[in-house]
Amino acid sequence: MNTVILKNGRLIDPANNHDKENTDLWIQEGLIASSQAVTPDDAITIDLQGKWIVPGLIDMHVHLREPGEEYKETIASGTQSAAAGGFTAVACMPNTHPVNDCATVTRYILEKSQNCDARVYPVGAISAKSEGKGLADHGEMKEAGAVALSDDGLPVLDSQLMRRAMEYSASYQMPIISHTEELALSRNGCMNEGSTSTQLGLKGIPNAAEAVMVYRDIALSELTGVAIHIAHVSTIDSLNLIREAKKRGVKVTAETAPHYFTLTDSAVTGYDTNAKMSPPLRSDLDKETVIKALVDGTLDVIATDHAPHSILEKEVEFSLAANGIIGLETSVPLTLALVHKGIISAGRMIELLSVNPAAILGVTGGSLTIGHPADITVIDPDKTFCYTPDKIVSQSANTPFLNWQLRGKAVLTLLGGRTTYNDLD
Amino acid sequence: MDTEYFFRHKHILGIEQLSPDDIHHILNTAKSLKEISNRSIKKVPTLRGKTIVNLFFEPSTRTRLSFEVAAKRMSADTFNISASTSSATKGETLIDTAKNIEAMNPDIIVMRHAYSGAPLLLTRHIDASIINAGDGTHEHPSQALLDMLTVQEHKKSINGLKIAILGDISHSRVARSDIQGFTKMGAKVSIAGPATFIPPGIEDLGAEVCSTNTEAVKDADVVMALRIQKERQNDPLIPSLREYATFFGVDNALLKHAREDALIMHPGPINRGVEMSPDVADGSRSVILEQVTNGVAVRMALLYLVMGGEKNSNSDN
Repeated sequence: MNTVILKNGRLIDPANNHDKENTDLWIQEGLIASSQAVTPDDAITIDLQGKWIVPGLIDMHVHLREPGEEYKETIASGTQSAAAGGFTAVACMPNTHPVNDCATVTRYILEKSQNCDARVYPVGAISAKSEGKGLADHGEMKEAGAVALSDDGLPVLDSQLMRRAMEYSASYQMPIISHTEELALSRNGCMNEGSTSTQLGLKGIPNAAEAVMVYRDIALSELTGVAIHIAHVSTIDSLNLIREAKKRGVKVTAETAPHYFTLTDSAVTGYDTNAKMSPPLRSDLDKETVIKALVDGTLDVIATDHAPHSILEKEVEFSLAANGIIGLETSVPLTLALVHKGIISAGRMIELLSVNPAAILGVTGGSLTIGHPADITVIDPDKTFCYTPDKIVSQSANTPFLNWQLRGKAVLTLLGGRTTYNDLD
Repeated sequence: MDTEYFFRHKHILGIEQLSPDDIHHILNTAKSLKEISNRSIKKVPTLRGKTIVNLFFEPSTRTRLSFEVAAKRMSADTFNISASTSSATKGETLIDTAKNIEAMNPDIIVMRHAYSGAPLLLTRHIDASIINAGDGTHEHPSQALLDMLTVQEHKKSINGLKIAILGDISHSRVARSDIQGFTKMGAKVSIAGPATFIPPGIEDLGAEVCSTNTEAVKDADVVMALRIQKERQNDPLIPSLREYATFFGVDNALLKHAREDALIMHPGPINRGVEMSPDVADGSRSVILEQVTNGVAVRMALLYLVMGGEKNSNSDN
């Protein structure tokens, strides 16, 4: 029997209330196994002194660009990037070409993801072609393997359509992930509204553009009783609304991305198109509030919004540049920075990056429970590295963290017991 | 000025990058070059053999003409490329367009572009000097310099003056450059307009935001009105030009609050009867046409200085 023993690591498994140093984890036939008294002769043992053994990380918000924009990223390259960042599963947004709004596209994505380096969970479109007019065929996408619904990249502006989507999708147990943006307030905007946008002469996007729609979705969740997940929350205003709604018992969950707790809109200075994303980088107050919300539970998930773009979309005038940055390979060190500063615990980090996304999407993973597939990430919390262009695994290089000196990274990623990334010394 | 001073800018991207010494030096250079325009033979050989490309992605009459006149008076060879004749409409990227022009070895590219930051983007890809002739709603440095020259000629020193700038600050690159320039030279800049025209955080550039035109203009040494448009890109900014003229236009009644010798300025082109009444525009205190004349002198100075009027270095910007 094929046995791998991860030895002497700090095993962090919040789903099972487990956090213990110097622990071994057994893997047999690709599954997490209970440890046995006698080590088989052919067992492979890996010493992980000083490292963390955690359930495989899950990024519930990525763009893999396939089908349609394979020059930016493919399902193969995107999942390699995921594995290098310590992720064993990703949920991919439907804004491909064509849009993932039917079983055919969902099946295509799943076929392409066979034998790739991370599990791929397709997110289907809420509306046909994500045009915000009529519902997409949620049932057939569910049957084909889609796990959630979103028109990410575009908000569902029509409140009645959003209401109906929530009601209808509930019967298929497909969570709705909402890109909250009131386009009338954000139109032509390309960065956060504030003194930096004024100085640079760039049209700003006010916090209210996000908050207005966050409140709309909370109200619809209360009306319908259906859960809503708010994507990439960036502002204090939205977080106040979500915190209050949670207190009232509304079934709202929310994610943020590492750039919102790491950078502010000052990163745009110099018209750096790698600091352009939607929603935009915000003020220092917003950034600090995002961090507090990760601590107090207002935010449930850290997702990267990994959005690869080539230089065709980024080496242009700032106003014309595409929104988005790659994020899979920097999520662990940027989140670990909060752990190193003592702001969140290691266990909380794993909740945000694995336990909660698994629960919200309703997929396996998020724990190191015996008998489950061995989706496991080994993190060296202190390994430092410089994120230079040659280190980027994604097919695209649009990141504001280029050449950053980072501390902590995934050093071993296992998918069903198979090694998808190995950077052990 | 410090005797060690030399002008070290290869590009003129904005007032933001210029120090008070730089501004003094540009204005002094402009003053000494201004006299050339009054000669019977309005030409000096200073930039003979230099190639200057006016690359205009936005329509412009006075700024483009002003740069062209300035270049010709310095004997440079000038070429004009406007958006309608360039490849921009054929889908060529800005960087490709610029690299193609660069392949013909220009010394200076004078550039106007609809998007903020476009000139900075070009400096990262080509070797020629770039002079920003207006980028989006970001900066219009040569306009601010000619404004400062005009004020300096009348008021001796800019230091200690009160400058009122009225109108659409939000969409004005002139306002952003003027606020920074006049502030750097020791003036106080007060701005006013409907709240839809006042961008958030403009105070951080050095401006004082006033709630009324009267407050902004009170005891002002200079009153500048900006061109306004009723709406931009589907953004309803004011109800009508008529209402704007009534409540925010610069007229003689408003000017009673300014100093008696206050200068009246406008970067042009004027919407007569909207942001400024005709009698004010044509009145004795108006220096609007002097601004145009000084524009040539300032642009001659900029072309001369970025070409290494003195010892130059490529180390900045």
